[in-house]
Amino acid sequence: MKTGRVATYFKLPKLSYRVWRVWRRDEDVFMKTYKANFIPPLLEPLFYLLGLGFGLGAFVQPQEGLPYIVFIAPALVASSMMTSSFFECTYGSFVRMYYQKTFDAIIATPLSLEEVIAGELLWGATKSFINSSIVLVVILLLGLAYSPFFLLILPLSFLVGLFFAAIAMCFTAITPNIDSFNYPTILFTTPMFILSGTFFSISALPEAVQVIANLFFPLTHAVALTRALAVGRLSTRLLLNLSWLLVTTPFFFVLSINLMKKRLIK
Amino acid sequence: MHSQVLIEAKGLTKKFGELLAVDNINFQVFKGECFGLLGPNGAGKTTTMKMVNCVLPLTAGKLTVAGMEVAEQARDIKKMTGVAPQEDNLDPDFTVFHNLIVYARYFDIPKAEAQKRADELLKFVQLEEKRNVLIDQLSSGMKRRLILARALINEPQILILDEPTTGLDPQARHLIWDKIRSLQKQGVTIVLTTHYMEEAAQLCDRTVIMDNGKIIEEGSPGELIKKHVGEEVLEVAYDEEVLNFLRNAFPDARLDVVNDRIQVFSNQPRGVFTQILSKFNFKAAMIRDANLEDVFLKLTGRRLRE
Repeated sequence: MKTGRVATYFKLPKLSYRVWRVWRRDEDVFMKTYKANFIPPLLEPLFYLLGLGFGLGAFVQPQEGLPYIVFIAPALVASSMMTSSFFECTYGSFVRMYYQKTFDAIIATPLSLEEVIAGELLWGATKSFINSSIVLVVILLLGLAYSPFFLLILPLSFLVGLFFAAIAMCFTAITPNIDSFNYPTILFTTPMFILSGTFFSISALPEAVQVIANLFFPLTHAVALTRALAVGRLSTRLLLNLSWLLVTTPFFFVLSINLMKKRLIK
Repeated sequence: MHSQVLIEAKGLTKKFGELLAVDNINFQVFKGECFGLLGPNGAGKTTTMKMVNCVLPLTAGKLTVAGMEVAEQARDIKKMTGVAPQEDNLDPDFTVFHNLIVYARYFDIPKAEAQKRADELLKFVQLEEKRNVLIDQLSSGMKRRLILARALINEPQILILDEPTTGLDPQARHLIWDKIRSLQKQGVTIVLTTHYMEEAAQLCDRTVIMDNGKIIEEGSPGELIKKHVGEEVLEVAYDEEVLNFLRNAFPDARLDVVNDRIQVFSNQPRGVFTQILSKFNFKAAMIRDANLEDVFLKLTGRRLRE
């Protein structure tokens, strides 16, 4: 009986091409105001690069052999993957689910709830791709990313985005109300933003925290991969980072869909 | 008259935790009719509709639409069904027209065909002038009409209308009624829930009355009125003496006192009340036709529902 209950959280969803109908809906909304949507992801990293890279960076010794500003620039690309997809599938999905009743409207058509949630997750991953690509262009123009491997950051941003979208959707499935999203933001994304090898090498952290960062902070892996690709420092260690994401993403993808089913289909 | 059963529920039951929302009900909807689910708030009407629309799983029983089981062929059933829900779930991010286009996409309707249908439907519900306006600029009546248009985008054989005119002014309500009638004429089978008895009397060929998750009565509005409240109702201002007098005058009639008025329901043929009014002069007396609301209140009581 007990194993049966656990299994319901990991039941494989039945998905079809209709997932893209949901993705198209979200994309239509985005494209309506695309000019306004491009400005914030363009400006935010500039502030960090100015303040932390040029300003604070003048006092900081090189990290992992890279000038400070070169060290943090790819991390800003990686954190924008996290924040954009996480925001999209927490606040964005919650508004569509709860306030706009968009999911209710869609499941009255041939689409299933599983397909609706999968479409939302793919859109979250797409937002990661869009926003982080903007940041990537900025750092390329500033000469802060210089390896041709930077092209691989584009597919990576989709994978990382899908991971954070799925984590976000799990929170959306269990949150009592929209204000409660403050908790995963304060307890999950903010510490990761600071402690995942973004602004200083994680080797500076106490060993125990390093272990936690490697095991439980997905951003650590996203940052390591993005940085390696931006400056062209490939190593076999990156396969571990990539494997971590490749294993956990489908896990949370399936879990988030089943949690949403539990929330919405009584 | 009707032969083909389109929707059939047998022992249909829905529980939410301990709450028994729909309690072992049976009903049939025939092709081409307008079928009304009536009942006070919380009777289980919307829950029943959501099971027919395949978005709520059944707890027990059997429910088929066009011969298909809702649990097994949800997609096929949803393809042939149009739904106008009670709450406004139009997409506020899009214009009136684009709402229809995006919805058409969920049904795999090709773009050119969707645009053609959207324009026709906007004409049908008289919203052509609002074509390029955002949803929050529509009145509630316009929103209801757009929801109706959206429910028709897939040219459904079955149209599910959950409280289609709640909160509308009389003009908007009559327009919606008009559209529902014209759809029925085109052969669409209509299932509607309402707690407006006038609406049910106007539109429905057959109705079932639900209360506390059970079906407590079914029949055409005319049959139900005749069976439960007779043809005419006498109403007079409340007075103790008059009440006693009327009790003696109509020993087998039902007398209710509501809002300082006495209502007398009689199973006797038309004319008995006219006779008595010609002899006695009661205060504020009137004779009116019995209606479905009288039936409804008789069967479901006057207690307020949450």
